[in-house]
Amino acid sequence: MPRKVGGIAAFALVCLVAGGVTPALAQSGDPLGVGRKMLAEDNPGELWVERGKTLFYQKRGPKNASLERCDFGMGPGQLAGAYAALPRYFQDTDAVQDLESRLVTCMVALQGYKRGDLAKTAMGNLDRMSDVEALVAFIASRSNGMKMNVPLSHQKEYDAYKAGEYIFYRRNGPTDFGCITCHGENGKRIRLQDLPNMTDRKQLQDVVTSWPAYLGTQSNLRTMQWRLKICYWQMRLPDLAYLSDISVAITSYLNYQGNGAVIGVPGVKR
Amino acid sequence: MAEPMKIRATLQGDVADVRILMLHPMETGQRKDSKGQIIPMHFIQSVVVTHNGKTVLDTQWSQAVSRNPFLGLRVKGAKAGDRISVTWTDNKGDKRTDEVAVAAAS
Repeated sequence: MPRKVGGIAAFALVCLVAGGVTPALAQSGDPLGVGRKMLAEDNPGELWVERGKTLFYQKRGPKNASLERCDFGMGPGQLAGAYAALPRYFQDTDAVQDLESRLVTCMVALQGYKRGDLAKTAMGNLDRMSDVEALVAFIASRSNGMKMNVPLSHQKEYDAYKAGEYIFYRRNGPTDFGCITCHGENGKRIRLQDLPNMTDRKQLQDVVTSWPAYLGTQSNLRTMQWRLKICYWQMRLPDLAYLSDISVAITSYLNYQGNGAVIGVPGVKR
Repeated sequence: MAEPMKIRATLQGDVADVRILMLHPMETGQRKDSKGQIIPMHFIQSVVVTHNGKTVLDTQWSQAVSRNPFLGLRVKGAKAGDRISVTWTDNKGDKRTDEVAVAAAS
C-alpha cells in the first residue's frame, strides 16, 4: 500500500513540472511534458530573438535606416508591452494591424523595402533565414512577463474582433471545415498532435501567449501568420494571403480573449 | 555569417552545468535545393570548450549532428565567475567563439 501512495505522489509531481511549461498540453500523465520542459529551458528560438535584436537596430534597406522610429502603438521605438496590445488600430494606416503587419508597414515606410518582396521572403526556409521572423520574435519577446492587453476601444478594432469570431465559427471550403472543427473540443488530434481547444479560455491563452514559437519540425521560428496560413492549407481553403485582413481579424479575436494571460515567447512546439 | 551562440553555465555544487545552443545550417551534402542541385556539405567540424583557458572538451563533429545543434556538458571543479569559452569551426573555415561566466546556483 505505501508503494502505491508513493507512485501517485511521483505521478503528481511529474504533472506539476510539466504544467509549469505548457499547461494546455500537459494532460494528466503526459510523458511528453518532461521533454517539453527540457526543450523550453534551451529554446533555440532565443537565437532568433538575438538575431532580431541585431537586425532591429541595424541600418538596413534602400533607405539605410534602422527600425528605431517604428511605432508599434507605444510610441516610436517603444517595444516594451507593444506586443501585449496588438492587434490594434493605427491612425496612420487607418487599419487594425497585428505585429507582423505593423512591422512590414515600418520596413516599407522607414527602410524602403518593397512590400511584395517582404511578403515573398517573410517565411524563411532551410535555405534562407527570414529577417521578418527574427524581428517579430525579438519585438514580441520585449513583452515577456507582461499581461496580454488587447484594446477593443476603436470601432475598427471591434469590427476586426467580430469578423474574427465569425470566421472562427464559419465552416467553408470543399471539406466544410472551420477553425471550430479542430479547435472546438478537448482531446482532438491530427495524427498524434494534440490540438488546443480554443473555446476553452485557459487553453486559448496558452496558445496566444506562446506564439511566435520555435518549431522543431521546421528547424525554424514561426509566427502566428505562418500558423494561420498552414491552418488554411490544412483546411484545403484558398491560400491565406500574407497579412490579409482575415489573418488580422482571427488574430484580433484570439488575442483579445487572451487578455490577462502572461506572455512568454518564443514558445517551443513540435 | 557565424551567428552568436547562446551559452548558459550554472553551478550545481562544484559542477558547472553548461548548455550551448549554436545556430548553424549543418548541411549533410545529401539534400537538394528546389532546382535539384545538391547543397554542398556545410557542418561544424570541431567544438572546443575551455574552462578558465584550460581545454575541458575537444570534439570532432560530422554531418550527423542536427541543424542548430545543442550541446550540454558538466564541468567539475568550477566556481562561480569562472570563464567558460566555446569555439566551433566548420568545414568552410568559419569560426565562432563565445564566452560566459559561470553563474552561481539559483
